[in-house]
Amino acid sequence: MAVTVSASRPAANPLARAVREALFAGVISFGMFVLLIGLKTDQNIRNELVLEPRWGLLAAVVALTMLGRFLYVGFIAPAMARAKAERAKAPVVVSEPGFIRRNSNKIGIVVLFLFPIVSVMAFGLQGSLKWVDNFGIQILIYVMLAWGLNIVVGLAGLLDLGYVAFYAVGAYSYALLASHYGLSFWILLPCAGIMAAMWGVILGFPVLRLRGDYLAIVTLAFGEIIRLVLINWREVTNGSAGISGIPKVSFFGLMSFNVSDPNYIAKVLGLATSGVYYKIFLYYLILLLCLLTAFVTIRLRRLPVGRAWEALREDEIACRSLGINTTTTKLTAFATGAMFGGFAGSFFAARQGFVSPESFVFLESAIVLAIVVLGGMGSLGGIAVAAAVMIGGTEILRELQFLKAVFGPDFTPELYRMLLFGMAMVIVMIWKPRGFVGSREPTAFLKERKAVSTSFTKEGHG
Amino acid sequence: MAGAPLLDIRGVETYYGNIKALNGVNVSVNEGEVVALIGANGAGKSTLMMTIFGAPRARRGTITFAGTDITMLPTHEIARLRIAQSPEGRRIFPRMTVMENLQMGANLDNLKYYDEDVEKVFALFPRLKERIGQRGGTLSGGEQQMLSIGRALMARPKLLLLDEPSLGLAPLIVKQIFDAIKELNRSQGLTVFLVEQNAFGALKLATRGYVMVNGNVTMSGTGKELLANPEVRAAYLEGGHH
Repeated sequence: MAVTVSASRPAANPLARAVREALFAGVISFGMFVLLIGLKTDQNIRNELVLEPRWGLLAAVVALTMLGRFLYVGFIAPAMARAKAERAKAPVVVSEPGFIRRNSNKIGIVVLFLFPIVSVMAFGLQGSLKWVDNFGIQILIYVMLAWGLNIVVGLAGLLDLGYVAFYAVGAYSYALLASHYGLSFWILLPCAGIMAAMWGVILGFPVLRLRGDYLAIVTLAFGEIIRLVLINWREVTNGSAGISGIPKVSFFGLMSFNVSDPNYIAKVLGLATSGVYYKIFLYYLILLLCLLTAFVTIRLRRLPVGRAWEALREDEIACRSLGINTTTTKLTAFATGAMFGGFAGSFFAARQGFVSPESFVFLESAIVLAIVVLGGMGSLGGIAVAAAVMIGGTEILRELQFLKAVFGPDFTPELYRMLLFGMAMVIVMIWKPRGFVGSREPTAFLKERKAVSTSFTKEGHG
Repeated sequence: MAGAPLLDIRGVETYYGNIKALNGVNVSVNEGEVVALIGANGAGKSTLMMTIFGAPRARRGTITFAGTDITMLPTHEIARLRIAQSPEGRRIFPRMTVMENLQMGANLDNLKYYDEDVEKVFALFPRLKERIGQRGGTLSGGEQQMLSIGRALMARPKLLLLDEPSLGLAPLIVKQIFDAIKELNRSQGLTVFLVEQNAFGALKLATRGYVMVNGNVTMSGTGKELLANPEVRAAYLEGGHH
């Protein structure tokens, strides 16, 4: 089935073509779905396998496919081709980027800072809990993880499929040290970062000589090893039961978020007792951690080590012949990326109050990597948008309870999140193969600042 | 020629696995010279170039640079002794801009002479200045070669290694690049070791030359001598009928 609609044969009647392509699509979808949807295997009461035909459903799916193809070929594609031709005809106007575009970063940060206040005002104290916690904090955790992984994958070009291992190291560092020794979050946050960075170096050493697919396999294995150790080292990690009762973060020791404490924030400030304060506090905490990650990443890119990371991504041999020590360059990339993963992990443990190996499965690594790729490797803004869309989108699925009215009471929309995630990835990779933001900011200038024109950064490369 | 040569390659043997690529090569480059190494495809020219940089390592023999034995040094430390290379296939950083590529070359001095040296490179290759903000991968082949040489020069090298700078370029561009090499050698006294298949251009440019066949250096002499040598003429200059 030809996916592209060639504009080179305008002579053929588009409607006739649409009908033909729709029939093709119908045949193909029938072939694909006749077993997948048309027949369902089931067990009857005597444990026998029975086939339950679902011809009606099959017909509906095939008809939908045909209709979609008909509409696309007959109407949507010609309209798109016309619009494209018109755009090509119009003179190229290089418009000065508008106020919003020029200040998108600042606006984004202001919006993020105002978000909890606005949601408290809009939904009330308890009503805002969901928005600040499920959306705000959840998304920001992934933003931070993705920005951390971006250093390894986006800048240094080392494909890491086991990033969740560092997240786990950070989470367990905080969980264990806080619950056994009662140390405060503010001491353990840097400890977790250092611990994770150390594991980053430990992973880095054996994989120094590996690149690409081979590196991906080893990092994948590393992620699994950490998870299996967490499950099996029961004496320390309590196995798959996990660690619960992890202490909350305090407001620098001045105010606590435990209702029973004498310096409970609501008592100190004379407010009504509510769990929202803690969530809002956590929101700002993770926001600041994210901003720290972004700041460090932006600064590092302008320093020799950051430039060396990018050069390493481009060409390792050329790097060495320019006097760059690729060993230390790789190790610093692993360590820096892992450190931010560790920070995010300890935050995660403090937020949940509970950690178990189940939170650190491969799927998490895959999601974080998907966010980095979707956002555009190396682009902080694009990655933040991708995290918001992906994580926020799956959270929104939980909200779509009205779908139960359509599909019946057994329908749970969040079960479809991976399906939608995959679909979104396919669509983005077709339309924007380099991610939401495919351009990269140059870091070297001759006196005046001159951005790389996007027309040079568009083609899919690497 | 007073004193020891700047680069001295003595009896170097290099293997790829069990396959011997260099069979006891002796080559020396004196300060201020342009030395050309010519030979056919697969003779081992590029292997020698790479062996100087320690990847692959020489299994036997020694390589000395400015009195230091660099045979076993890691590649990046060899580079820090101010040997710069424009490697085979140019190997510029394709997604980084021209300026960033040049900047990568200046890392050894922590960008101390960056502004000054960038202007020198642009004086040598004015074309690059027009392409400042462009990504390396979008440059033409000739511009990429200029960038590769420019990037090597940013390291303020004592010795510049060029691996087939004329490869795949239009004759006019090849002339520009050879002129630039000559200019570098004459005005700044830069020592250049050049590997070429374009024997005529390389030998015309070179103070001295070596001919390599199957991992052995079979002939050496001044550029003029080799150009006049009937064997060299037959093998490398007149279509290869011997």
